[in-house]
Amino acid sequence: MHPAFSVIFLTTLIGVGQGLFLALYTGQLYSLANLLPPQDSRSFYAFGGVIAVAFLIGGLIASFFHLGRPERAWRSASQWRTSWLSREVIVLPITVVSIALYSGLHFIGWTGPWFTVAGVLPVDATLVAGGLAMIAVLLLFVCTAMIYACLKFLQEWHSWLTVVNYLLLGSASGFMLAAAFSAWQGVGLVGFYGAWAAILTLAAFVTRGASLLRNRRLRHKSNLQTAIGVRHNHIVQMAQGATGGSFNTREFFHRRPRQVTRGIRIAFLVLVFPVPVVLLLLAYLTSSATLPVLAFVLQYLGLIAERWYFFAEARHPQNLYYQYVS
Amino acid sequence: MTQLALVIDLNVCVGCHACVTSCKEWNSYGEAGPMTDFNTRGANPTGTFFNRVQTYEVGEYPITETVHFPKSCLHCEEPPCVPVCPTGASYKRKEDGIVLVDYDKCIGCKYCSWACPYGAREIDEKQKVMKKCTLCVDRIHDESLPESERKPACVMACPTSARLFGDVHDPHSEVSMAIRESGGYQLMPEWGTRPANHYLPRRKVRMTIHKDELQRADNPLKKEGELPALPADAQTLDEISSW
Repeated sequence: MHPAFSVIFLTTLIGVGQGLFLALYTGQLYSLANLLPPQDSRSFYAFGGVIAVAFLIGGLIASFFHLGRPERAWRSASQWRTSWLSREVIVLPITVVSIALYSGLHFIGWTGPWFTVAGVLPVDATLVAGGLAMIAVLLLFVCTAMIYACLKFLQEWHSWLTVVNYLLLGSASGFMLAAAFSAWQGVGLVGFYGAWAAILTLAAFVTRGASLLRNRRLRHKSNLQTAIGVRHNHIVQMAQGATGGSFNTREFFHRRPRQVTRGIRIAFLVLVFPVPVVLLLLAYLTSSATLPVLAFVLQYLGLIAERWYFFAEARHPQNLYYQYVS
Repeated sequence: MTQLALVIDLNVCVGCHACVTSCKEWNSYGEAGPMTDFNTRGANPTGTFFNRVQTYEVGEYPITETVHFPKSCLHCEEPPCVPVCPTGASYKRKEDGIVLVDYDKCIGCKYCSWACPYGAREIDEKQKVMKKCTLCVDRIHDESLPESERKPACVMACPTSARLFGDVHDPHSEVSMAIRESGGYQLMPEWGTRPANHYLPRRKVRMTIHKDELQRADNPLKKEGELPALPADAQTLDEISSW
């Protein structure tokens, strides 16, 4: 497939936003359980929520560049019964609104407990709003990934690994941003978020590596014989029906030499996985406040490369019909 | 239920592109609107087409065959492009099985083209909406046309009658009989899309001539030598026939 930067930015930016919210909410749950010191509602949770919302809206804006007719985008929520894209269009604003609500409740300080569960867990408005937002975030990960995973003849994508990768890579980058955010804020949560970011990054390494290995061994079901229905071992296209290019030749193949795709694969494998973890370790050892920020930025750049490769790697069967310009 | 479709006979397609040009001509004006072309006199002309004829060489020299392969939307019975459309712009008509795009609803997200394994959908780079073969839906139901012309423009234009048009669900239709009797097949059956359009394979016609057939039994010019003389009282052809 031809990687479109609008989609690359959409999926990576909302992944960061979703992951950052998950990190904030995890931090709140930990401090409820007295495993972490409580944080300031306004400067930490509310401000963190604003950053998460900013990333999600950034992704939303990027998505409009993918549309030929963005003025009609409102129509795209209508087919939620069948289309994962439509479901994403619905869940994305719900996620934004629910994280904004979570952030707003923290900002106005509605943190007085409503009731207490089993005498130990005080439930307040932010906990309920955050719980709803968490469900929306997880649904959004599934919707975004299923847009790609549901296309069965794009065999590179048609796997549960796609969903797990979107979830883990988005969460890892969000926790990485949470570590950078805590370092920048000077709160003592860099170690906590950094450790989770490293764990999620390693988990994502395992599943992304698994999908790379799976795709390397993939046998494509379609070939030129099934494409035109001629049973012969030796078929060569002589003309594809157009002398110049067409939508079909531009949209479905990246047209980059093999060295470029290999270079981008190596780049993302280095930038997404080992580099941020090493930087976090160095930050932990040196108590640096800038290294976690650097770790997040480098991992995000790596994720752009990762998403580029995700698209470039998928071989669309329609390319079988467009192999030669005479 | 009706399922209109094309049946394309690869045995007689000569790759003249008449279907391509007549398709573009018919679908470029009127209600359908343009199928935009760009850079038409430049080195890399490009544009939107509903129908393209591709050419394949099958076999290795000297035993080769050229297969001309016209491809347009196959109007699948399980169209993968329809359920993925977020706006409902892509739809399959219940009454005749034609898969269509509502250009006024399409947002140009290209997701349906990703979901089509055949590459049958092309975005119009000017109008920024997805376009595809409509089976000339505006022709085939037009009561003002004579019955014989209620066919897609490509079918009307084909000089070798390589394209048949009709209802593949009607077992007595011309297309159903052609599929049954000539071994019609579908493209990429592995994905379960059940394309309505079928292709008829190339057929080899071989003649076996035996040695005794080389000498004509009836030999008025005596080219291969004298025939044995008839008995004197033998009836001639004139005497046994009635006229």
